[in-house]
Amino acid sequence: MVEAVLITDADFDIASEYETLKQAGVGAVVIFSGVVRDNADNPRLVAMTLEHYPGMTEMEISAIIEEAKRRWPVSGVRVIHRVGRLLPEENIVFVGSASAHRQAAFESAAFIMDYLKTKAPFWKKEETEEGANWVDARETDEDALKRWE
Amino acid sequence: MRILYFAWMREHTGCSSEEIQLPEEVETIAELAEYLRGRSAGHEAALRNMKTVRVAVNRRYAQLDSTVSAGDEIAFFPPVTGG
Repeated sequence: MVEAVLITDADFDIASEYETLKQAGVGAVVIFSGVVRDNADNPRLVAMTLEHYPGMTEMEISAIIEEAKRRWPVSGVRVIHRVGRLLPEENIVFVGSASAHRQAAFESAAFIMDYLKTKAPFWKKEETEEGANWVDARETDEDALKRWE
Repeated sequence: MRILYFAWMREHTGCSSEEIQLPEEVETIAELAEYLRGRSAGHEAALRNMKTVRVAVNRRYAQLDSTVSAGDEIAFFPPVTGG
């Protein structure tokens, strides 16, 4: 079982993450990466700063991975989440899931991402030219969990 | 007892963590929040509306009626916005 949870201020390399997941020795690898929305989407966004609760964050993500392993036959999961100040178009989050079956890889990656968004203790602060604001939690993220009940 | 604050709650209280002596009459998270509100105007602002606040006891999610004890690490934070 290839498994890792990494909270870091450094960028990650998607190609090498993919190679690591392939070493789980299976037929399917699904990768999700989240990116800071670029200027076309939010023209006033200068940067995004991410804060987290060290210790609890890793515990929550590990618990989500454990639940995913109970539900799907996954043989590899890697989750990376960046913290600190990020600029538009920088990588924020990586979730990779490997399995012998594509459906298990697709579904487990989506499950982990949905739960990460609503349970893992991270907070985003947006910097715009007018000032900085903490991002509000979205009900649509909470609603996304219903499909896994 | 160690109390942690994150995101805008940290900005209101002016500290990311503080050590307090747990008063004997404080048994639950709700009572602890009430007690902490008395520490400063910033604490009052941060902990005024507990419906918008999430709580963890020893790094696990807890509820307003969860009990607290002297050696606990208690964290108050807004709903999470990672990913």
